[in-house]
Amino acid sequence: MTTIAHHLPALQVIVPMLTAPLVMLLKPAGLARAAAIAASLFAFAIAIAMTMGVLDGHIYTYRMGSWPAPYGIELAVDRFSVLVLLIVTGASSFALLAGQRSVDADISHDRQPLFYSAWLLALAGLSGIPVSADAFNIFVFMEISSLASYVLIAGGSNRRALPAVFKYLIMGTIGATFYLIGIGLIYLMTGTLNLEDMAQRISGVEDVNPIIVAAGFVTVGLALKAAIFPLHVWLPNAYTYAPNTVTVFLAACGTKVSIYLLLRFDLAVFQGNLVEHAFHFAAFLMPLAVLGILVGSTVAMFEKDIKRLLAYSSIAQIGYILLGASLVTIAGLTASTLHIFNHALAKGTLFLAVACLATQCTGYRLSQLGGAAKKMPWTAGALVVSGFSLIGIPGTAGFISKWYLISAAYEQGSLGIALIVVLVISSLMAVVYIWRIVESIYFGEPTSDLSSVREAPIAMLVLTWAAALLNIYFGLVPELPVSLSSSAADILLGPTP
Amino acid sequence: MIVLFGIFLLTLLVITALAIVRNDSLYAAVILNGIFSLLMAASFFLLDAADVALTEAAIGAGISTVLFLGALALTGELEKSPTKHRLLGTAVVAIPTLLIIFAFFDIPQFGASDAPVHQHVGPWYIEKTPEFIDIPNAVTAVLGSFRGYDTLGEVFVVFTAGIGVLFLLSARPLARRNEPFVARDPHKGLRHYLVPRVVGRFLIPFIFLFGLYVQFHGEYGPGGGFQAGAIVAASLILYSLLEGERRCLVVIPSGALRWLVAGGALLYGGVGVVGMLLGGNFLDYNVLASDPVKGQQMGIILIELGVGLTVTGVLLSVYHAFAGRGKL
Repeated sequence: MTTIAHHLPALQVIVPMLTAPLVMLLKPAGLARAAAIAASLFAFAIAIAMTMGVLDGHIYTYRMGSWPAPYGIELAVDRFSVLVLLIVTGASSFALLAGQRSVDADISHDRQPLFYSAWLLALAGLSGIPVSADAFNIFVFMEISSLASYVLIAGGSNRRALPAVFKYLIMGTIGATFYLIGIGLIYLMTGTLNLEDMAQRISGVEDVNPIIVAAGFVTVGLALKAAIFPLHVWLPNAYTYAPNTVTVFLAACGTKVSIYLLLRFDLAVFQGNLVEHAFHFAAFLMPLAVLGILVGSTVAMFEKDIKRLLAYSSIAQIGYILLGASLVTIAGLTASTLHIFNHALAKGTLFLAVACLATQCTGYRLSQLGGAAKKMPWTAGALVVSGFSLIGIPGTAGFISKWYLISAAYEQGSLGIALIVVLVISSLMAVVYIWRIVESIYFGEPTSDLSSVREAPIAMLVLTWAAALLNIYFGLVPELPVSLSSSAADILLGPTP
Repeated sequence: MIVLFGIFLLTLLVITALAIVRNDSLYAAVILNGIFSLLMAASFFLLDAADVALTEAAIGAGISTVLFLGALALTGELEKSPTKHRLLGTAVVAIPTLLIIFAFFDIPQFGASDAPVHQHVGPWYIEKTPEFIDIPNAVTAVLGSFRGYDTLGEVFVVFTAGIGVLFLLSARPLARRNEPFVARDPHKGLRHYLVPRVVGRFLIPFIFLFGLYVQFHGEYGPGGGFQAGAIVAASLILYSLLEGERRCLVVIPSGALRWLVAGGALLYGGVGVVGMLLGGNFLDYNVLASDPVKGQQMGIILIELGVGLTVTGVLLSVYHAFAGRGKL
């Protein structure tokens, strides 16, 4: 019972969490950075080990303090959780390894231990949500991850990060409070906080006011945290003014964890109990998903700042994830969870490439990036590859999830055809906004003297290209994410579809 | 009688809330906010939630008022003119409010013994606490052991907040970093006000002692690390207000504060890890001693100490971070 494999779910969270106070005390910035990287890589290794475990059919459960489930807190890791854990720990490790130059540019050395400490807390918070099987425990880790994210975003040298983060803080706090009100009401009627226990005990009280209102509060609160259109207004500026390394990390996994929780809560707890839940869920999310896709893509087409352009593209991509989920079918949820993985991969790589550009260029406006490809061919190449993945060109990871999404929509008859039209139009819009980036870095006129511009540091390039190649690898050999996400869909919808 | 008292408190609460919203003076709003917290604490006490009441009184009415005032000293005292979207804001606030009222039509009656919360995990905690942990206060047993992982998380929420304030407020424009503080003379504090000084000096040891009592009495009555940490920090902040910030930093230098902040969190986590190394699960206190009940009690005392250290450290660091900043 005491083998290390048994402790993996707990170690996933406590390794980064307990390293954070140590990192804060380390004096030379380099030491703090090394410790943060070590903890993040260790967490990544744990996530990979658990992925291999669940693929072998193992389901990890862990009793905190050895107390039995509804009385104590239980951790449970299944195939859906590991999908999210892989993204969170992977994004953190890539961003940290690549980020030295970017962090040095934004944050003075004496403040870096605090920065890395906050980073590890964000990592611990974001990993604590998918491993937990307890609604209140999830709230606690949501608090840790949110607070730490605010700190990280505000850490940049750009003063405009502060109003952006304040808006995020207010909206994020409202979202978390709504979630808390929701689980408070459920606790009032069921007396339990354990998710599985909750799903069982709700039946019998499923039609009383508190439970119905709770479902609304939980869904809207998590939609706010997941930046679902029209509750996305905090996201563009937060991503734009955050330090580049932080944007890589949070753009890859920040909102994904909230979407994970939204799907898990609504489908695993409410779906089986609430009358016509599937209909309400779809009626709420599908229009928002379609609007988010169209509005996000449209704004991205006209945006002049590369970071904000990619942030608006994220709003559209969150729309894809929701669109798949709002079909409430196995195929739809497979596409949805698969796109959680693939979008994290594409957007993470894109922001890594932006971080490479930022080491040399004067600003983030597309015009200021003019002609950068001539001096930075490798960076530009990685940008193009990940851009292709975002658009969904065959051979890249993005294509796989778009394909699953279209096939899932096709099952839906005439409504599905309309959704496919939306998907095709928005993919064309993605072609437009990615082309605008490519156009400016390859063919744009340089606005400043480019003679001192050289390629980004080799460590950054290697990691950016590693991420770009992963986009291609998972486009050609998609078995791992596909098998995880199809199991995730089975888990969410239960044994009978 | 209790119902009457409850209605009285809630009416005052509503009046105070309205006054806070309607007030233009931020200074008045902060003081009213303190009153609001005290009324909340009294209401919690009426509902037999003494632990929550203690926390609300110490944090809500005490520390956060001081921090708000510290922030006001750095900014302005008057609210900026209202924003354009007032109507929209009112609507957004009104909808959830109405929904919550709607939800509360169907809830079980207060104190009803057949309510779901009294049927499921609650009785188990009450029944098993004497057997497994053998302390009179079941609330401490739930927070410290049965749901100890949540409490660890809460400590890290406090820790994160501390890291955040230290990180953000340490970012000064380079030119201003070496300037001496001009906002007020840090050597003096309130030293030339005789009455507050004498009364304060008299009170500080008692507040400190009460903090320790709350810390170590948590197993038997309401209390524990969070409340104790806030009370101890309050006594040190009072000392700092009376004698000047510099003198307070002599008592606990900022380097030691960092160790306090990190050490408490590490102590809590460390107890969990030791449980793992001794063959139990994370935060399993049974394995800490040969007798599981003794192990549980030892574990709870240690983790409560960790909570207290981190809370004291974070609150003091936050206070110093505000107080050490010149006027913007």
